[in-house]
Amino acid sequence: MTSSPPDSPDRPGAADTLTGGPRRRRAPGSGGSRGAPLPLLLPALVGLAFLVLPLVALLVRAPWRSMPDLLTSSEVWQALRLSLVCATAATAVSLVIGVPLAWLLARVEFPGRGVVRALVTLPLVLPPVVGGVALLMALGRNGVVGQWLDAWFGITLPFTTAGVVVAEAFVAMPFLVISVEGTLRAADPRYEEAATTLGASRFTAFRRVTLPLIAPGVAAGAVLAWARALGEFGATITFAGNFPGRTQTMPLAVYLALQSDPEAAIALSLVLLAVSVAVLAGLRDRWMTAS
Amino acid sequence: MTRTARRNRRMSQVIGVSAAALLALSACSSSDSGSAGASDASASGSAPDGISGEVTVFAAASLKESFTALGEQFEKKNPGTKVTFSFGGSDALAASITGGAPADVFASASPKTMKIVTDAGGASGAPATFVRNQLEIATLPGNPDKVASLKDLTAADLKVVLCDKAVPCGAAAQKALDASRLKLTPVSYEEDVKAALNKVVLKEADAAVVYQTDVKAAGDKVEGVKFPESADAVNDYPIALLKESKNTDAARAFIALVQSAQGQKVLGAAGFLNP
Repeated sequence: MTSSPPDSPDRPGAADTLTGGPRRRRAPGSGGSRGAPLPLLLPALVGLAFLVLPLVALLVRAPWRSMPDLLTSSEVWQALRLSLVCATAATAVSLVIGVPLAWLLARVEFPGRGVVRALVTLPLVLPPVVGGVALLMALGRNGVVGQWLDAWFGITLPFTTAGVVVAEAFVAMPFLVISVEGTLRAADPRYEEAATTLGASRFTAFRRVTLPLIAPGVAAGAVLAWARALGEFGATITFAGNFPGRTQTMPLAVYLALQSDPEAAIALSLVLLAVSVAVLAGLRDRWMTAS
Repeated sequence: MTRTARRNRRMSQVIGVSAAALLALSACSSSDSGSAGASDASASGSAPDGISGEVTVFAAASLKESFTALGEQFEKKNPGTKVTFSFGGSDALAASITGGAPADVFASASPKTMKIVTDAGGASGAPATFVRNQLEIATLPGNPDKVASLKDLTAADLKVVLCDKAVPCGAAAQKALDASRLKLTPVSYEEDVKAALNKVVLKEADAAVVYQTDVKAAGDKVEGVKFPESADAVNDYPIALLKESKNTDAARAFIALVQSAQGQKVLGAAGFLNP
């Protein structure tokens, strides 16, 4: 994430090439092939096919005839609702604690900041199943912290819906933190400095100046975190188990259905796919492309 | 095209980088189901009786300890061979075999999951039952909840995990519960028998319905409670040579070892019943 100095001159030509501005409009037809050299175009098309083909295959092999029966079962809706609720809750948790964490990493100089940043991104590279085991060790009934939660408050997280939210937040929050921190570093800190010079407290400056400034980055991070949480499988099945209606989210339902009834698994996958495409597309138009 | 434009550009960079990371991660999560490790090509050479090369065995999770031991015996007896295992839920293994996973031998924990493979024409010859396995309750060490019967598991405050109904141990548990007209609501349906057992080993659950062999394999980490209803749900374990096998001689030799007196001794020591 490169951050240009705040007083660098704007490059007016850049926007034109990005949006295919007036220059291209002058030469329609031939402009497309001349603009994309073959060594770039070929791998680009291979890349596109690679990403799209499996999804197309899913559509081709979908059991369209038995689809209505498969999709009207209450178990599907139960799993879908649980997935949406848990992913949204995990995103909310990530926003509440992740945005301040990103601010801390971007704006406050403290010793060991690089180490902290590395620790924050660790769940990104950790296999989710390992994340689930780690969560059991920390928050399980017998865990380092979990045993006190159980003894003092009677709270046990494994096998509960709250456990699903915890597992998803653990895996998804780093996406939000990284994305927000990047936006913060790119944002001009002098606005905040001006606000504090004019008498605002640092928290007020954050709330009234910084937050509106980085809103698109926060939205983008939240969408990524939500998408990651929605598809989360490994940490969830390890930490929260698998029980219909309580901890069986769509990815778990798909995985278990795949073994006994592949057709049902394809149908479930398509539902999840449709929902995520709808939500992501909706959010994109609403918040992420508006300037 | 001033600050806003630049901010949008940065934002798209942010999205780009994070999206790349997202992709990398989802790739990780899909390999969770656990597959066999990379094959070792260095172990090639010829044995006196002509058996050599690699044998890939897909086996039910409950066979892990005894088959690992048998695999070592096989390699020792036939220098130049290498046995690679993939242990997991029988249904998951059956699905990957019909999906084209390269395996020579399939040993499943139920005739039903073996039928998935034979129906798809994946087996070469008829499967043979080589052992049987009976269910047992695994409780925390010392049995602090005083579980003495299958009925005790239905107590409301007890956290019980079962195998998912798609997995043989889950199907068998359901059969035993149905036969004794008990209604048990577990806290989780686990994806295979070892996952169910480990929830008790980690003390996250109070009890699990697993195989006798799993209780034995866990040693003193769990305490086993036998229950008479398990006689209604004894699982037959079939083994079969697979059609896609690239090394049928070695694969046949491994199946022969499993069925031999020596193999049955190892399996019997692990708690399996003779067929």
